[in-house]
Amino acid sequence: MEQVLTPNIFSYLAVSAILFALGTIGVMTRRNGIVVFMCIELMLNSVNLALVAFSRMQGDSAGSMLVFFVMCVAAAEAVVGLAVIIALFRNKLDIDINNVNIFKW
Amino acid sequence: MLFDFEPEMIQTLLFWLFALLGIAGALGLIFNRNPIYAALSLILNFFSIAGLYLSLGAEFLAAIQILVYAGAIMVLFLFVIMLLNLQDEKGVLNFDARRGLAFLLGLAFVAEMIFVFQDFSTQVYALPSNCTEYIALDNHQYQCVDTDEIYTLLPEDFAFGKVEPIGNALMTEYLFPFEMISVILLVALVGAIVVARKHTYN
Repeated sequence: MEQVLTPNIFSYLAVSAILFALGTIGVMTRRNGIVVFMCIELMLNSVNLALVAFSRMQGDSAGSMLVFFVMCVAAAEAVVGLAVIIALFRNKLDIDINNVNIFKW
Repeated sequence: MLFDFEPEMIQTLLFWLFALLGIAGALGLIFNRNPIYAALSLILNFFSIAGLYLSLGAEFLAAIQILVYAGAIMVLFLFVIMLLNLQDEKGVLNFDARRGLAFLLGLAFVAEMIFVFQDFSTQVYALPSNCTEYIALDNHQYQCVDTDEIYTLLPEDFAFGKVEPIGNALMTEYLFPFEMISVILLVALVGAIVVARKHTYN
């Protein structure tokens, strides 16, 4: 007899989808540049959760390795993004992304 | 025993606790006007995701999640927020057409993903925690000595998420990506210093 334990993998994937959708909504609706960055971090994290769940389902640790690399790239992205925000604030004294349109013509 | 719960029930309770805390943290992130409160909500969300990793058996990733995300990255975010001394964002709770469209699209995305993922609901994933010892049978089946129940466990299940197999994989199979990550981090470090530096033109 095979034992199926609750909560199953679907629950984790549903949580991951909900978190990703909330992160997307945050990116679309917020105007503060730092909060938009934090919403991107949230989306990266929700994808990591899905990867760990799939990795667990397959019994294969390749997904976990991918999560490790995603975390490193997310750290690099956060550092560069925050540096851009600081440079922006230095020049315009504002990080409202609706007011940042210097590439628009 | 003081709390005489079934292990499955504790697992379910912990899953719901961490899942709801994580979703509450995400909602706090997108609905808080003050960026500092938003960052603290995100830290709550990171901790609950670490709890979900633990309940999936990925111990190393849970530790890394707390150390790197909640520890290092969010401290950097909070530091920058406090450095910039930002005003509260106005109109976060207003409901206009753009915001309605965003929520509609988010809802559609969740519905799609749940539709796609629903077939995975019958998969076995968890190691039962109420067993102290297993008797190996054929075809990757193991009998629990405490409860006499038979579980199907793949060989990888026993090593999943532990530090040793991850370290071995990093130094053998994933050596090239591992070295590339160090280059990426160095480039990010130098790039951040160059971008955020105070430029003096003379």
